[in-house]
Order: sequence, then C-alpha cells, then structure tokens
Amino acid sequence: MTIEPFAPVHLLAVLPEILLVVLAGVLITADLALPAARKRELGLYAAVGFGLVLGVTLLVTLPTVSGGLIFGGMLRHDLIAFAFRVLFLFAGVVTALIAVDSPTIGKEGEFFLVLTAAVLGMNLMAAAADLIMLYVAIEMTSIGLYALAGFLRENDKSAESGLKYFLFGAFTSSLMLYGFSLLYGFTGQTNLYNLAAALTGLPLEASLLALLLVLVGFGFKVSMVPFHFWAPDVYEGAPTPVTAFLSVASKAAGFAVLIRFLLAAFPGIESIWTTLIAVIAALTMTIGNVIALTQKNIKRLLAYSSIAQAGYMLMGLAALSANGVSAILYYLGMYTLTNLVAFGVIVLVGRVTGSDEIADYAGLSRRSPGLALALLVAFLSLGGIPPLAGFFGKFYLFTSVMQSGLVWLAIVGLVNAIISLYYYLIVLKVVYLGTPKDEAAVYPVPRPYQLALWACALGVIFVGAVIGPWVNIAAAAAGGLF
Amino acid sequence: MNFPFLSVITFTPLVAALIVLMLPADRKNEARVTALAAAAFTTLLALYLYFGYDVSAGGYQFVEHWQWVPQLGITYHMGVDGFSLPMVLLTALVLLTGVMISWRIEDRAREFMAFFLILAVGVFGVFAALDLFLFFFLLEIAVFPKFLMIVIWGWPKTREYGGMKLTLYLFIASVVALLGVLAMYVQSGSKSFDLLALAQAQFPVDFQRVWFPVVFFGFCIMGAIFPFHSWAPDGHVAAPTAISMMLAGVEMKIGMYAALRLGIALMPEGAKFWAPVIVLFGLVNVVYAAYIALIQTDFKYIIGFSSVSHMGLVMIGFATLSTEGLVGAGLQMFSHGIMTALFFSIVGMVYDRAHTRMLPELGGLAKKMPWAAIGFMIGGFTSMGMPGFSGFVAEIPIYMGIWKGRALALDGMPAWFAGLAGQAWFFPLVAIISVISIVITAAYILLAVQRVFFGNLPAQFDHGEHAVGDVAALDKVAMAVLCGLMILVGVYPAIMYPLVYAGLQPVLQLLGVQ
Repeated sequence: MTIEPFAPVHLLAVLPEILLVVLAGVLITADLALPAARKRELGLYAAVGFGLVLGVTLLVTLPTVSGGLIFGGMLRHDLIAFAFRVLFLFAGVVTALIAVDSPTIGKEGEFFLVLTAAVLGMNLMAAAADLIMLYVAIEMTSIGLYALAGFLRENDKSAESGLKYFLFGAFTSSLMLYGFSLLYGFTGQTNLYNLAAALTGLPLEASLLALLLVLVGFGFKVSMVPFHFWAPDVYEGAPTPVTAFLSVASKAAGFAVLIRFLLAAFPGIESIWTTLIAVIAALTMTIGNVIALTQKNIKRLLAYSSIAQAGYMLMGLAALSANGVSAILYYLGMYTLTNLVAFGVIVLVGRVTGSDEIADYAGLSRRSPGLALALLVAFLSLGGIPPLAGFFGKFYLFTSVMQSGLVWLAIVGLVNAIISLYYYLIVLKVVYLGTPKDEAAVYPVPRPYQLALWACALGVIFVGAVIGPWVNIAAAAAGGLF
Repeated sequence: MNFPFLSVITFTPLVAALIVLMLPADRKNEARVTALAAAAFTTLLALYLYFGYDVSAGGYQFVEHWQWVPQLGITYHMGVDGFSLPMVLLTALVLLTGVMISWRIEDRAREFMAFFLILAVGVFGVFAALDLFLFFFLLEIAVFPKFLMIVIWGWPKTREYGGMKLTLYLFIASVVALLGVLAMYVQSGSKSFDLLALAQAQFPVDFQRVWFPVVFFGFCIMGAIFPFHSWAPDGHVAAPTAISMMLAGVEMKIGMYAALRLGIALMPEGAKFWAPVIVLFGLVNVVYAAYIALIQTDFKYIIGFSSVSHMGLVMIGFATLSTEGLVGAGLQMFSHGIMTALFFSIVGMVYDRAHTRMLPELGGLAKKMPWAAIGFMIGGFTSMGMPGFSGFVAEIPIYMGIWKGRALALDGMPAWFAGLAGQAWFFPLVAIISVISIVITAAYILLAVQRVFFGNLPAQFDHGEHAVGDVAALDKVAMAVLCGLMILVGVYPAIMYPLVYAGLQPVLQLLGVQ
C-alpha cells in the first residue's frame, strides 16, 4: 500500500482530532473562568463539544472505502477508522452526560479534560498504521484512563482501582512494546502495511514471538483471558461513568487495533493466530460468564459480562472473514449503546442507595418503573433477546463463525449465551420481584440523564429492529480490510 | 399488494400492549377492556383467514414479503398454510380466553395484560414466519414476558424456580435448534434464511443425518420430550393461569410445529433415519408421563404431566412419516391446545376459589361450580379420545399411522437397533403400548373428576368465610368457547381435516408417501 504525499486535504481527515484539542483547551479555560456555582456546566460543555465534533466527523471525514495512508504512513484514513471514531465520540457524549450531576466528579474540569484526551488517543488508535503512532496513541489513551479510574483520591477503592489498572497496564504495555521492537528489529519496518511482506522471508518463530507479545498488550485492552484480571477490580472501584466509558470505548479501541494489526501484519501465519484467537475466545466467554454467575455486585457482574462479551467478539476475528469483522463492528456498536444504558441506570441507583449491590436493586420496578425498564432493555440486549440489538449481534457473529466452519466455536458460544441469560434474568428478577428496602426512596432522573438514557435505550431497539443500514456500514468498513 | 393480514394479527397485540402500558396504573378496567378488544379483533381476523384460505389451491397464502437484511439474505416473509392456520387460530383463541380468565387479577393488572399481549406477538408471528431469522426473532421475543409473568404473578411457592427453569429450557431448545438452522444456512450456499429457498436446497443425506436431530430434538425440548420434559409441569404449575394456558396450549405446539416445518420438511432423509428413535422417545413420553400424572396429588401437576403425555403422541405421529400419522398429529396439536387451555383455566378457577389444589382437600365442587365441572368432564372426554370429541379425531389417525408405520432408512444405525426397529412387529407393538396409555389417561382424568368435583364437599367450602362461589360470567364464556370447539371438531372433523391435509401435502411428497 503506497503512502500518499502530503496534501492539505489530509488535514480534513484529522479535523476531529484537531477539534478535540481545541475542546480540551476550551474546557481548561472554562474550568478556570467559571465561578464555582456554575461548574456544573462543564460537563454539558464537554457533551456538546463531543457532539459537535461528532457532527463534523460525520459531515466532512467520510473516507473512500479503500482508504489511504497519510502523514507519512502514520495514519490510515479508512472507513473502519471512521466508524470507530464515531463510536468513541458517541461514548464521549454519553459519558459526559451521565457524569454531569455526579457529586464527586461532575464539577471537576480535569475530569472532562482527561476524558477528551482519552477520546483523542482512541481516535488515533483506530487510525494508526505505524508502530510508533500506534504506541503513542495507546499510551495517550491508557494514561488518561489510569487517571480517570483513580480520580477519587480520597476513595480507597478508586485509588486502588487506578493503581491496579496502571500497574497491569504498564506491564502489558511494556511487553507489547518489546513485541513492536522485535518486529522492527526483524524487518526494519515500522509501517503495519509493510510488515507482512517483510515478515514472509523470516522464520516462523520470529513472527510468532512478536505476535504473542503484541497480543498481550491488545488482550489487556479488550480484557481477554488471561489478561482480564484487572477488569473486575477496576470496574468496581472506578467512578461509575468512568467504568461505563472503560467498558465500551476502551474495549472498542482495543478491538480496533487488534483487528487492524492482526489482519495487516500477520497474514503469513493466519492459520496459527485464528486458531489461537478461537481458543482464547472460547476461554474468554466461558470464564467471564461462569464467574459472573456468582457476583453480588452489579459493577463486578458487568465487568465479567464485558469480559464474556469480548469473547463473543473475538469469535468474529477467529472467523477471519469480512462477515466476521463486520459482525464485530455491529456488535461493538450495539454493545456500546447497551452498556451505556446499563451503567446510566447504575449511576443513578448508586447515587440514591449508595450501593452497587444487586440486592439493593430489589423492587426497583415499584420505585422507578422507567429505570427498571431501561435496565430490562439493557440486560436483555446483553443476553441476546430480540427485538433488542443484542439478538442480531449474536446471530450475526454465530452466522459468520458457522460460515468459516468453526462449528465447535459456535457451540461454545451458544452454550455461553444460555449461561449468560441466567444471570441477567436473576438481576431482572430482583428488580421486578423483590421488595424495596426503602419504600419512600425517590430516584430523581436529571434531564441530561433522561436524554442519554432514552436515546441509548431507543437506539438499542432501533438498531436491533432496523438492521439493514447498520450492517451495510459495518460490512463496508470491514470490506476495506480484506 | 394484498392487505397484510398476518402482520396485523401479529402486531395488533403489540400496539394494544403499548396502549395499555401508557394508561395510568390505576385504570385497570380500561387495560382489561383494551386487551379483550385486541384479542377479539385478532380472533376475528384469524377466523377470517381460517375460512378464507383456499384449500384447493393449497400452499402458502396471505403472503407478505419484504427485504430486511439483504446482506445476509434475511427477509420479512410471512404466510400461512393449512398446517399453520389452525395454530394461528388456536393462539388467538387462547389469547382471547386467557384475557377473559385473567379478568380478576388485581396486582399490577396493567402490566399483566401488556406482557400477556407481548407474549402473544411472538407466538402469532412464529406460526406465520416463513423466514427463519424472523422465526427466531419472534420466538425469542416471548422470553422476557413469560419469565417475568411467571416470576411476578406465579404461584409464590415455586414461581422463581419454575419460571427460571421454564425460561432456560425453552431458551436452550431454541439455541440448539438455531445451531442446526445456521448449519443449514451455510450448507445451502444460497445465502438465504427463507424457508422456501432452504426447502429447495437438497441437502446431502449425510448432512441431513447429522443435523436433523439437532434441529428436531432441539425443538422437541420445547415440546417437552423425555428426558427434557420436567420444565413443563414445573413451569406450568408455577405460572399464572393465563400463562399456563398459553405455554401448555400454544408454546409447546411451537416446538412441534417447528420440528416438522424446520426439521422433517427441510431434512426428510434425516427424518427417515431418525424416525424409530423419535418413536421410542415419544412412547416414553406417552406412557411415562401418564403414569406420573396418575400419582400426582396436585390438581395442576396432573394437567401438567398430561400435557407431556399428549405431546408424546404428536411426536410419534410425526415419526410415522405417514399421511395418517402426520395429519393426526396436526389435529392433535390443535385439539390438545384447546383442551389443555380449558384444563388449566378450570384448575385456575378452582384454585382461586378454594385456595388449594391438593386432591385430598378438595371434593364436591360440582355443587358449587357446575359449569367448571361440566367443562372439565368435556375436556376429560377429549383427553381420553372419546368419539364425538376432537381428541378422537386426532388420536385415531395417529394410532392407525403407527400401526402401518415402517422405518424407511435403517442403514447406518447400530445393528441391534436396526434389527429391532426393522421387525414387522415393531410399529404395531408401539401402537399397542400407546393405546394402553388411553386407559391410564382415563384413570387419572376420572380420579381427578371424582376427587375434585364429586364426593363430599368439605364443610369450609360450603359455607362460612371460605365458602366457594360459582365461576364468573366471563369464565363461563371462555369455557363455552373452548368446549364448543372440541365438540365441533369432534362431530364435524371436515372443518379442519382437509385444511391440515392440504398443509401437509408437500411434506408427504418429500417423504415419498404420496
């Protein structure tokens, strides 16, 4: 793939990133300028800012399908990067909205600033086509996320969460960097799209070693087994809006690089890594789902559920087909919507009850039918029940896996779908059947939340029932990689 | 473009459910009336389709066909034939009578009616769907209403256990079958989930033999095949009355309907190979479940196990792969659906008034609720296969089919099994054993009649604060509708037989019977 010489029009391709830097500047200034009484508006600025960048992205940065390497081969301006960008910015909007009225982080300018930086890093991750660029983008994202997870310094759990995340992340990141350096050492190339050709003459072990090391770093990001141990503790301790952001955007970013990297750099050892990914997918979803069965804390439950969801999506990669990648993209989109609904409800309930224990959700349907309904939509979608988007997401993944002849993997996936439905139903049972501890508790739903929750919940139904257009986008984006 | 009857039938309950949910929580009567109106409207439409179907033309009629997800070959394709039409009518009738029976529910009545209507959406759609994605899409919509309805309104003692068990078993059934359907989709290479396109696929014999049991037995779990039958009695007993009626009356039929439509009709060679095995499993269902029903002391468990027993006859009917067996099974699905809905509604009426279902504590209720007693006896006669009732019309062909039945492809089976099933006496023996089950059925039905409705009326039910009253007017209407249908089909089978026969014609041709 040739590198296009610089043309001013290339600046348009990174316009969203440029605008995010501007947004960061605006947020710092606003943080300094606004009086304490109006600090609440910071989150709204951030949400509106992300929304505007999202609009610009949709309007001006739609690439051609094949995509070109720009900026000296640092970035690839293709449809899949575009699709992920939209996803990250959307997650940014919703995260900012559900953080607005948070008593702990809602008025902190730094919070929204770091969030912006993390989104910027993710955008670059999805587009990076060069080892150097990729590493810088990953670190930019990760360091921001470490800070967000440990944002509540006075809260031991949050501090522990940030530190754990950092230690685990730094360790896996260094292994990944070692893998990058090996790849450079073996081939003398840093561009992903040149690696494949350069690796063909080398012994198999060289590719394999580099692959394994790189996989450690990416596996950490998507929380695949055996690099998933951080997820439950970090999810539980981090401020809930951060958990929401971590569980969707960070995971999606991990998949963006994982898909691009494996397909671009290692076509020579396809049969090896697809088998490896298939086995890891089976382990990831099984371990995630089985451990989720015993959880008492809803954030930990969703942490294990998100590990399992990563396992489902890995199946699409193991299928090694345009359909498989397209299925991953659809799944990521629906998973983002769905998890944001779930965490939105958890933020609100947690604020009223002061607890994230599942037992404290008893009788939520009597206290707040709307929130209960939103949680029902989210959990059934995660469980794969139509007309919610999770059904077609799973159906598409299983179809792609069957088309690639991996019947055993489809069976493992279907068994996991059954296991997961059990624990999702258990939570819903508590919500609908239990008796509320505090009959008088009211669950105020501030306006930003209503907007975010209902937009996402209706989105889950809409994406799940009107499927064609979304599959079109996903298929077009995936087509650019094959 | 013709009027989209099937979509209207399927989505009328959904619209009604949304309207009901938007009502204020205390407007219970409005919620009930809306539900009743929607149910009555769908029933009328279903009747219109039933009598508007052109039997001489056959095939799928009232077809609707739209693109949905063209990338995967998924379409919105609906249509009914003679095999699915009685099922659509059955669903409408059970919905209608279920709403009538549930009139007295006071706890969150609005949500009850809305969820019940949403449950019906999935069930209607499944019988009308001609695209397999659409089929599973509608099938799974029913997961959450049935779970929540059992858990919220069910029998407090077992509702959490029974609701989860039933939901998971039915989900497992659909997931297993889905695997087989995906295998067919990939194998066909036609990139289409359309039932008609898959029917043209001509799957290789080896493929059919491997994947037929996945699809067929997967759906049979939904029809409560032994040894995966225990969800049915547990779930039905735990469920509120209307849900028991819908689940036992219709949901179990979905399993058998799909087992024929997606299993036997798409993979006939697989069916010929596995038929003797199905016969044996079905036989266990028929006899074993009837014995278990005989020793129950809980009125509702008797009916629950009797459903399992009767579904076994449907399985055997299918497995005969003969005209008589298939048509009999098709009639049995309708007849049993009506009958079991009636049984569960009467059990519900008795429990609501006596607050117990244990046989030793009941007795003499015929004095207090004569309508219920008469209704139960009519249902009982149907259950025993008495002439003049729909059960006779359905079961006699099945027994005839078994007697004539023969295994069509035994090569590849283990030698001992091929030797057993290949014997001339194998099918007649099965017929004899399954006919004996009628005797057991008669025993448990008559025992139940005697202990619940006759004998001494316990004093506390006669007078005082626990006195039992008569059933409500709407209950009588519901029972009259169901009883009338059983007698109508029993006395005048021509009202249904040609339709089912026409619907099964293509399958019989595939099997080489016709």
